Amino acid sequence: MNNKVISGPHLVATRRVNDIMRQVIIALAPSAAFGVFLFGWPALYLLVITICSALAFEACCLRLKGVVATPHLRDGSAIVTGLLVAMTLPPWAPWWIAVTGAAIAIILGKHVYGGLGQNLFNPAMLARVALLISFPIEMTTWINVTPLFTGPGILDSLNLTFSGLDNADGITGATTLGMVKTGFSQNQFLPDSLNHYSGFLAFIGWERGSLGETSTLLLLIGGFGLLRKGIIKWHIPASLLATVFVLSSVFHLVNSARYLSPWVELNSGALMLVAFFIATDYVTSPNTALGELLFGMGCGILIFVIRAWGGYPEGTGFAILLMNAITPLIDHYIRPRIYGRYRDGKPLDISPQ
Amino acid sequence: MLAFLENPRLRGGIHAEEHKQLTTDKTIIKDFPLPKKLYIPVQQHVGKPAEPIVKVGERVYKGQLLAYSQGTISAPIHAPTSGKIIDVKDFPAPHPSVLPVRTVILESDGQEEWLQKHPAIDPFSLNPEEICTKVGEAGVVGLGGAVFPSAVKLNLGRKNQIHTLLINAGECEPYLTCDDRLMQEHAEEIVTGIRIMLHGMGAPKALVGIEDNKPEAFLAMQNASKAFPHISIEKVPTRYPMGWDRQMLRYLTGLEIPADGRATDIGVVVHNVATARAVYQAICLGQPLISRIVTVSGGAVAHPANLEIPIGTLISEVLAFCGADKAKIQRLVMGGPMMGDALPHAEVPVVKACNGILALSSQEIEEPSTKACIRCSSCVTVCPVGLLPLEMVSRIRVNQLDAAVDLGLKDCINCGSCSYICPSNIPLVHYFKFASGELVKRQQAEHKSEQTNRLINDRNQRMERIRLEAEAEAQKAQEARAARLAQQAAAQAAKESA
Repeated sequence: MNNKVISGPHLVATRRVNDIMRQVIIALAPSAAFGVFLFGWPALYLLVITICSALAFEACCLRLKGVVATPHLRDGSAIVTGLLVAMTLPPWAPWWIAVTGAAIAIILGKHVYGGLGQNLFNPAMLARVALLISFPIEMTTWINVTPLFTGPGILDSLNLTFSGLDNADGITGATTLGMVKTGFSQNQFLPDSLNHYSGFLAFIGWERGSLGETSTLLLLIGGFGLLRKGIIKWHIPASLLATVFVLSSVFHLVNSARYLSPWVELNSGALMLVAFFIATDYVTSPNTALGELLFGMGCGILIFVIRAWGGYPEGTGFAILLMNAITPLIDHYIRPRIYGRYRDGKPLDISPQ
Repeated sequence: MLAFLENPRLRGGIHAEEHKQLTTDKTIIKDFPLPKKLYIPVQQHVGKPAEPIVKVGERVYKGQLLAYSQGTISAPIHAPTSGKIIDVKDFPAPHPSVLPVRTVILESDGQEEWLQKHPAIDPFSLNPEEICTKVGEAGVVGLGGAVFPSAVKLNLGRKNQIHTLLINAGECEPYLTCDDRLMQEHAEEIVTGIRIMLHGMGAPKALVGIEDNKPEAFLAMQNASKAFPHISIEKVPTRYPMGWDRQMLRYLTGLEIPADGRATDIGVVVHNVATARAVYQAICLGQPLISRIVTVSGGAVAHPANLEIPIGTLISEVLAFCGADKAKIQRLVMGGPMMGDALPHAEVPVVKACNGILALSSQEIEEPSTKACIRCSSCVTVCPVGLLPLEMVSRIRVNQLDAAVDLGLKDCINCGSCSYICPSNIPLVHYFKFASGELVKRQQAEHKSEQTNRLINDRNQRMERIRLEAEAEAQKAQEARAARLAQQAAAQAAKESA
């Protein structure tokens, strides 16, 4: 086919792939920066290691494919993947968790499928779930809030990241969702598990959790930024959050000792990050508005089901991967109605008015 | 059931950077210097080419018939000025391929001597049939760019029950302002044209859709149509491709034309606003369509303008008049930047379809490098037809044309919204045009093989017939021989016995 394209349009919009990726990085930045502030130097190292190794793996894969890597690295997709992986990791996770996560995301999550735009599953979520299953202890070691300059210093932190965390008991604890899940196994009911829970602190993000997932507020700000810039559409976040909200409201009203309130559900775990940044991933979400609504709803249902009745305290990663697998099916059945045709493709009846 | 998810009135579309400010407040220049030679192709409309009736060396008057229309869908061609026919030969057409088409070449004598005109004294005393005939004789075609013979449309309207005449004044293409200016300066003529068209079809009302980025044109049209309550001037949002008649129709009336149907099937006829004025000129002034208003714009043009240009003027002369810098022209486009055609050179004539000549500079044209599709589905969101461009392209790439057709390839209007918006710069429209071309080729090949088969069949039958005939002949000959032998034998016997 002719490479020199001179058919129209002779104008093009100015937004490029790298502009989109840059916007996503900017939208994620507040929450990542807050994570670094909240958990200190080790969190920063983790971020840097994950992003750098993601870039390195991307470069290797591209070289293996026989293409010049630099222009592709510049599109920013590997940075976004690395950043997202880091944000879902426990803030003081050791270096090899970061590198393994980046490797899974870039190699297994993206390049084995053929590279950018070809993957079936969201690379960051694939990495997170694979790590959680493979290294459950490292992946569930949650650090208490230790704001920058109150925790270990720059060098101690290096040591911590590269040699591992000893005697963790004093500085770790469970996340809200984890506490609740453990509570149930010990026949404790919600009011006991949530003794020290503060909705306000959870909203701000002043609590234990993954590096970049704690602050509902900052993730919301970033998410709305993306909405306003038109990088993402409202359909997936709205239907996902609404589904979780409705389900948790109904069950909480029925049995408030067993089911968390919608407020806690919305403020916990990776929900906000997933709703605005992961579920909206272009490659692995449906193409049409209706498909996106269904996709968001499916994610919401699965998240709630896994959280309420599943074996894991948190269900976002599994929910996203399951729905990613269904995306091609949604895209096959949900198509826009073509002008002048019914949904089944037959031409409209002629009915003179 | 799912209707609530899509705005029934307006779907998809983009808001491209307009560039209309270059020409929007400049009055139409009417004294374009008459070129020495005019190159008038006989095919300037959809349908059969017109047949020239003038001879080389003949002197013609302005407005004289040069070529008459042939067949049911066609339009005649008239002389844009008086002068001598110096040749009728093949000449490059304003098309990306610049393939030559039959062209009448007219040398102007500068006299501008009109053939006697026959304006209608009162157009509304004519009966509808006469109006259609006169419009047809004047060579009026759709001036929005589709160049469908207007008389054919009016006739269709006359035969069907039409409840609405939709006048398309969308002009959604960036850069173009010729319709905008026309409405600002000739609103009354347009309104008269609309009334004549209504009369010519017996339709009760007309809707004029004008994008809300043309407030002055809107006001002018509103003032001009005040006395006629059955003509309503409507504002429509500025969103490309609003000039796509089906989009505008849906927005203004909520009606949708069936995929295999025409506007007349649902009681609507759509005409471009410039066509309405051409109808006015044909009926009230007795003037055939021999010139048109063209927007000349783009970064390489020193004096962007709207000009009334005689049909057949070389684009190079128009560019020279507007001070185009040849060295700066990165791409020459006939029409708007979204759907217009890139021309390889400017030595081609202005035709009835030409609503814009754009000399775009390198600042305006980016040579995009294509990246991988990230499935952002922007193309799905902007498609006004409701197609899945990214899915169609992925099928075309692996040569699954049937799958692309299933996804709606044939419903694509090539508006270019998807290519415009694509962040990976994938030339989607290019793929669709390529695929459509392949489909046509395939169809032709099928047709050809069918024909070959038929010929082979025919030949076999003929051979069989010949064989049978030969056999019958042989049989006959044999019988005759046997009879002769018998006769001889009988004669012999008779002789012997005698």
